Amino acid sequence: MSLLTPEQHGAKAHSDGGWDSNEGRVVPVQTRSGRFTSVNRDDFPEVTGLELEWKLTPVALVRTLIDGTLDGAPYEYTAADAAGATIGWVDRSDARVGRAGVPEERASANAWGAFQKALAITVTAEEHVDVIVSRSGLGAEPRAAHTIITAKPNSSATIILQSSGQATLSENVEIVVEDGASLTVVSVQEWADDALHLASHFATVGQNAKLKHVVVSLSGTVVRINPSVHLDGEGADGDLYGLYFADAGQHFEQRVYLHHVARNTKGRVNYKGALQGKGAHTVWVGDVLIGRDAAGTDSYEQNRNLVLSEGARADSIPNLEIETGEILGAGHASATGRFDDEQLFYLQARGISEEEARRLVVIGFLSEIVQRIGNTELETRLHKAIEKELERTAP
Amino acid sequence: MSVLEVKDLHVSVETEQGTKHILKGVNLSIKQGEIHAVMGPNGSGKSTLAYSIAGHPKYHVESGSVTLDGVEVLTMSVDARARAGIFLAMQYPVEIPGVRMADFLRTAKTVLDGEAPPLRPWLKEVSEAMKGLRMEKAFSERNVNEGFSGGEKKRHEILQLELLKPKFAILDETDSGLDVDALKIVSEGVNRAHAANDLGVLLITHYTRILRYIKPDFVHVFVDGRVAEEGGPELAERLENEGYDRFLDPASVA
Ligand SMILES: Nc1ncnc2c1ncn2[C@@H]1O[C@H](COP(=O)(O)OP(=O)(O)O)[C@@H](O)[C@H]1O
Ligand SMILES: [Mg+2]
Repeated sequence: MSLLTPEQHGAKAHSDGGWDSNEGRVVPVQTRSGRFTSVNRDDFPEVTGLELEWKLTPVALVRTLIDGTLDGAPYEYTAADAAGATIGWVDRSDARVGRAGVPEERASANAWGAFQKALAITVTAEEHVDVIVSRSGLGAEPRAAHTIITAKPNSSATIILQSSGQATLSENVEIVVEDGASLTVVSVQEWADDALHLASHFATVGQNAKLKHVVVSLSGTVVRINPSVHLDGEGADGDLYGLYFADAGQHFEQRVYLHHVARNTKGRVNYKGALQGKGAHTVWVGDVLIGRDAAGTDSYEQNRNLVLSEGARADSIPNLEIETGEILGAGHASATGRFDDEQLFYLQARGISEEEARRLVVIGFLSEIVQRIGNTELETRLHKAIEKELERTAP
Repeated sequence: MSVLEVKDLHVSVETEQGTKHILKGVNLSIKQGEIHAVMGPNGSGKSTLAYSIAGHPKYHVESGSVTLDGVEVLTMSVDARARAGIFLAMQYPVEIPGVRMADFLRTAKTVLDGEAPPLRPWLKEVSEAMKGLRMEKAFSERNVNEGFSGGEKKRHEILQLELLKPKFAILDETDSGLDVDALKIVSEGVNRAHAANDLGVLLITHYTRILRYIKPDFVHVFVDGRVAEEGGPELAERLENEGYDRFLDPASVA
């Protein structure tokens, strides 16, 4: 693609991959799958902000989510009834809790320890069903939440998790895609301006099953969503998409981990972001691990950022680990840049003003992700939301 | 009747090796309804001429003028030039991810006309123009030029020419990379636009092949940043037989 020219961030893109010299001596970082995990907050050391997984996050702003007491009571949500899908609160002791993953960091474990009930969404529909779950009344008090999404074998659904309003929230979302199921999960963050939100999404994808996971972050002060997706069944598919638009003073972060476990799995990671305004900061880390048994893997990850004004910063760090030689293909791309003059010229040469041309290019840039969601209503709404973002931050 | 006039145009571009002078005093005068072929070898500056008239920011005008009905074009913004009636069909049309062709065409038409075209007649016009260029309907749902083949990109340029109805069109090697069938289809599109809108055409090409389908009134041989010889259609025939060698400085022919 010609839109972006690789830039400063590309050059240091791999510095987190192999070696870490935090403690003044060089130690090899263990493989991504070897990270410490626990459901107990206090099994994790205090967070100093220097750790690999925290060093790009404004830790001081989210300290209470990492260490503080969180209210884990059920909250209000709305969801329209849909045939073939059920939704409701279940106990901590429910067998589904912990099926898809275990926390890898302290804020995630803090939420795990605090939630009282988990919101369980279960899909049995073989005829594709769309479920929209909205929450807007979380309030400013620190909270914990837990969500379990289960797609039964051969079911097909799109689950849209829509968040708005105030929030100081740490949460875990577990996603289990059973054999032959096809599930789309879209997590849309349109929080109030002062919201703080840390989330870990854990997914396991079964044999010949398909997960499309989309993260859309448009507002909030700190929004950090870390999806870990394990392609555990042979022939599993994972499409991990994301789009974010950070304004002045906003920090949007996504640490994506795609683990090819079984044979013949296919993974596509594509995150795109726009940044505008002083202090807008985005972080994308893309860890792809192709495991020992994942022969026949086909994997590609990319992140592109469009920086629309001075004083904004996009960190983009792809890491690719390959433990088997017998893969179909694996690659990554990362680019951060400004407008492509050729695109602007093309539009202007058709009479379109420079301002309008810029608008079209930004919206088009992010639309590439929107167009992949596969829910027309949400796509239309997101287009409008992105246009509003642009107006809001226009210089 | 409108006239597009290029007078003693000198243009340079900044390169890593310093300033490179490309156009060295170009003179051309095109009246509405006329077809002028500009023919020259690779690297002679044909695209530079096209881009300079359209206002590409990379090209720096050192001196000279381009006027449309006596009004200086070189001081206008790129979009203002388009709105004044100048159209450039690009040699390498760029892909614009996420912008649907149908939306792009309607946006362009709206700014050029100053108002949105009534929807139904517009859609009909688009679909007929696409049919004329043998473009499948599904194209309008695709993103601008994204994943288009070379030939499809050229057809899309001519589709815009037919729909946007400029006074003057500069076609920068629209023929290159087209097979005979595509060349015919694209040429018919240009001829339709010419007939329908009394279009003035600056047809830039390396080969004489397209001149079998689009008949020029004038031919200009372009060498080393300027017009080296001018004449009628017979000049194209001479080029067909003799090539450009006669015009090239023997020292520069390797
Ligand atoms: N943006 C540019 N940067 C550097 N050199 C350029 C640029 N554009 C054109 N040139 C050079 O100017 C000369 C004329 O180019 P061009 O106008 O593209 O010729 P033509 O279209 O006749 O093939 C060539 O030598 C080309 O390499
Ligand atoms: Mg050229």
